[in-house]
Amino acid sequence: MSFEPKNPALKWVEARLPLPGMIHHALYDYPTPRNLSYWWTFGSLAGFMLVVQIVSGIVLAMHYTPHVDLAFNSVEHIMRDVNYGWLIRYMHANGASMFFIVVYLHIFRGLYYGSYKAPRELLWWLGLVIFLLMMATAFMGYVLPWGQMSFWGATVITNLFSAIPVVGDSIVTWLWGGFAVDNPTLNRFFSLHYLLPFVIVGVVILHIWSLHTTGSNNPTGVEIKDKQDSIPFHPYYTVKDLFGLAVFLIFFSAFLFYAPNYLGHPDNYIPANPLVTPAHIVPEWYFLPFYAILRAVPDKLGGVLLMFGAILILFALPWLDKSRVRSARFRPIYKQLFWVFVADCILLTYVGGKPAEGAYLVWGRIATIYYFVHILILLPLVGLLEKPKPLPASISEDVLSKKKPAKEETVNA
Amino acid sequence: MRKFLISVGVAAIVSLAALGPAKAAGDAVELKSVAWEHEGLFGTYDRAAAQRGLQVYREVCAACHGLTLVSFRTLADLGFSEDEVKAIAAEYEFTDGPDDFGDMFDRPGKASDKFPSPFPNEQAARAGNGGAFPVDLSLVSKSRPNGDNYIYSLLTGYVDAPADVTLPAGMNYNLYFAGHQIAMPPPLMDDQIEYADGTPATVDQMAHDVAVFLSWAAEPKMEQRKEMGLKVILFLLILTVVFYAAKRKIWSDLH
Amino acid sequence: MTTTTPEEENGVKRRDFLYIAAGGLGAVGTAAAIWPFVSQMNPSADVLALSTTEADLGGIDVGSELTVVWQGKPIFVRHRTEEDIASAENVDLSTLPDPEADSARVIKPEWLVMIGICTHLGCVPLKGQGDYGGWFCPCHGSHYDTSGRIRKGPAPANLVIPPYEFLDDNRILIG
Repeated sequence: MSFEPKNPALKWVEARLPLPGMIHHALYDYPTPRNLSYWWTFGSLAGFMLVVQIVSGIVLAMHYTPHVDLAFNSVEHIMRDVNYGWLIRYMHANGASMFFIVVYLHIFRGLYYGSYKAPRELLWWLGLVIFLLMMATAFMGYVLPWGQMSFWGATVITNLFSAIPVVGDSIVTWLWGGFAVDNPTLNRFFSLHYLLPFVIVGVVILHIWSLHTTGSNNPTGVEIKDKQDSIPFHPYYTVKDLFGLAVFLIFFSAFLFYAPNYLGHPDNYIPANPLVTPAHIVPEWYFLPFYAILRAVPDKLGGVLLMFGAILILFALPWLDKSRVRSARFRPIYKQLFWVFVADCILLTYVGGKPAEGAYLVWGRIATIYYFVHILILLPLVGLLEKPKPLPASISEDVLSKKKPAKEETVNA
Repeated sequence: MRKFLISVGVAAIVSLAALGPAKAAGDAVELKSVAWEHEGLFGTYDRAAAQRGLQVYREVCAACHGLTLVSFRTLADLGFSEDEVKAIAAEYEFTDGPDDFGDMFDRPGKASDKFPSPFPNEQAARAGNGGAFPVDLSLVSKSRPNGDNYIYSLLTGYVDAPADVTLPAGMNYNLYFAGHQIAMPPPLMDDQIEYADGTPATVDQMAHDVAVFLSWAAEPKMEQRKEMGLKVILFLLILTVVFYAAKRKIWSDLH
Repeated sequence: MTTTTPEEENGVKRRDFLYIAAGGLGAVGTAAAIWPFVSQMNPSADVLALSTTEADLGGIDVGSELTVVWQGKPIFVRHRTEEDIASAENVDLSTLPDPEADSARVIKPEWLVMIGICTHLGCVPLKGQGDYGGWFCPCHGSHYDTSGRIRKGPAPANLVIPPYEFLDDNRILIG
C-alpha cells in the first residue's frame, strides 16, 4: 500500500511523513460501498460543523472577556461593534444546534442500519465519546455569555453532582471553585470550552481511522464482498458530500440569517442575576430529552443515574442487540420499533421543555420507561425472535435488482 | 432523492415542532399583534418611527430606565446627522478622569459614549422605585418572547383591576405583564410629549414608536443580517443546483 | 474506448465546464466566507470612534511641552520659542538624512505636534536633550532637532507628524 507520488514535492514529504499516502488512500483506495444513501452524508457534515465551531469560536475568543462583570457586555460588544461580530456570534450559537442536529441524524442512521454491530463496536464507542464531549463542550459554552439561563442552567446542572453520596457536596464545591456558580466557575468553563473541541478533533481522527479499518456499513448491512460492490470515495462521495453540504448550508443559513434566536431562549438576553430565578429553567433543545429523563425520577440521585445511564447504556448496544442481521431494511419488526423509539425520543424532547408537573410528568415517565425498555428488553428479544427478510447475496446484487425493470439488457450474471 | 428530501423535511418539521414550546405555560394573555415594518424576510426599521421612539425614550423612559449598551454614534443608523448625534450626546454629563491632580471631573457626552443609566447601580435603582428594578432597555426587545409586540402590548395594556383582584399598594394592573401586577405605573398619557415631526402623540402612537426604537436598539444589525442572508441563500441555491448536476454527471457511469 | 466520437468530445467539454463551474463557485463561496473572519480583526466600531483626541493648548507656556495620548501613542505638543523656530528654519535641507522643510511639518510655526515614537525601533525620545536642541532617544542614540527631524543616529526618518487641525487658537483635534 505504499504510495509513489509523481509530484516531486509530495514525494519528498511522503518519504518523511506518510501523509500524502494516507490522503491518497482515503480518497482513492478506500473501497466505499456503491449504494450509500444520503443518510451517509451526516458524518462529513458533522466534521464540517466541528471546523465551523472551532474557527468561529477562536475568533469570538479574540473579543470575549471571561469575567462575570464583563462577559455579558463583551458579547454585546461583539454583536454591535466588532466587524461582522453579529455574524460570527450567531454562526457559533446556531452552529452548536446544527452540529447536534447533524450528529443526532448520524446516530439514528447508525441505529437503523446496525452500524454499531461487529466489527464496528469500537467505532460506535468512539462516536459516543465524541457525543459526550460535545455535550460537555456545549454545556460550558452556553454559560459563557453569562445570561440568566447561562447562570441558572449551570447552577442546576452542577448541583446535580451533590446527589453523589458522601463526596457529592465536595465535588460540587470543587467544580464551582467557590460556594456558588461565580467568577472562578466562569473562568474554568472558558478554559475547558476552548480545550475540549481539540480533544474532540483527536477522537474524530480515531473515529475515522477505525472506520477506515473496518470499512463503511451500507443500507443493506451486507459487507463488501468483491470489487463490484465498491467504488472509490473520490470522486463519487466527495461530490455527493459537497452536494449534501450545499443543501445543509441552506438550512443552516435560514436559521442564521432569518431566525437566529429561535433555537435559543430570550431569558439569556438578561444579565445573570444570582438573586432572581427565571420562571422556567430550560436547557438548550439538544439536552431536553436527557432533562426529561432526569426529572422523571422522583429521587435526585436516581434521576442523575438514569440520565447518564441513558447514554452509557448505548455503549452496550452491540451486545444488547442480538440480531445477526444488521440493517433494519430486512428486519420488519425492529424497523417498526425503531420508529416508535424515534417518536419516544421526540416525546422526551417535548416533555423536557415543559414544567415537570401534571400530564407532562406522566408522559415523561412513560417515555423514560419506554426508552429503557426498548434498549434493554425489546432489542435483545426482537433480535433473537424476529424472522428477518432474506438478505441480498451482495451489494451489487441489491443495486442491480433495483435496476432490473429499466435496464433488462445490461443485467449480467 | 425524493425519499431523502421527504426524510429531511419530516425531520425538520418534527424537530422544529419539538423546539418551539420550550417556553412557560401559565395564564399568559395573547399579546396584541402589530404588522411591524421590520418583520419578515425583507423587513427594515421604520426610521421615522424609530426617531420618534428615541424621543419617547429620552423624554419619558430615561427618567428610570438606562440604555447603556447603545452608543450615541450608532444613532446615525436612524438618520441623524453627525452634528445631531453630537448634540444629543452633549446633553448628558459623564464623569471622567482622573485629571493630572488625581480628581474626577464631569464633562459633556461625546458620540463615542453610551447612553447612561439614571441610577449608579441596581441598589440605588431599587431604592428609588419601591424595591422594583427598572430594567435596562438595551435588550428588552430580545429578552422577552415576541419582544416588539410585548412592549407595545404592555404600554397599552394598563386597565383598571377587575373587581375580584385587590392590588397591593404601589402596584398597577396590566393585562400583559406576567401575573398582571406591575410596579411601573402607566408611563404614557396622550399628548405627554410633542413629537419633533408633528405626529400626534397618542399613547398608541408612542407605544408603537418606542417599540420600534427599542427593537432597533436591541438588534441594530438586523438589516445587514437579512441582506446578507438573501445573497448567501441565493448563492447557495445556485451552488446546490450546480453541485447536483456535477453529482449526477459523475455518478452517471454507475447508473 | 480508444476512439472518441464527436458527441463524446462534446460531452467531455460540457462535463469539464460543469466541474469547472462547480469548483469555481465553491472557491468563490469559500473566499467570501473567509472575509468576515479576516475583517473581524480590524479595529471594531468602538475603537474607530476613539480615533480622535482633543488637546488644550492654553496651559502650555512658550518653551514648554505637553504629552497627550492619541490612539495609544504619545504625542509631543511643543510651544516653540523664537530660537527653536529660527534654528529649525535655517538648515540646509541637503544635509538632512530625511530632508523636509520645517514649514512642511507645522501649521502654525510656534506649535510643533509630533508622534513621540522614535522611527528607529519605537522608543519614546527624551525632550531637551541631544546635540540639536530637540530630542534624544536613549535606546540607540538618535538625535532630533527643534523640528523633530533626525540629524544623527540610526533612525531613518523624522518624527512623524499626525493629522491634526486647529479647532480654535487654543485647541487642536488630533486624528
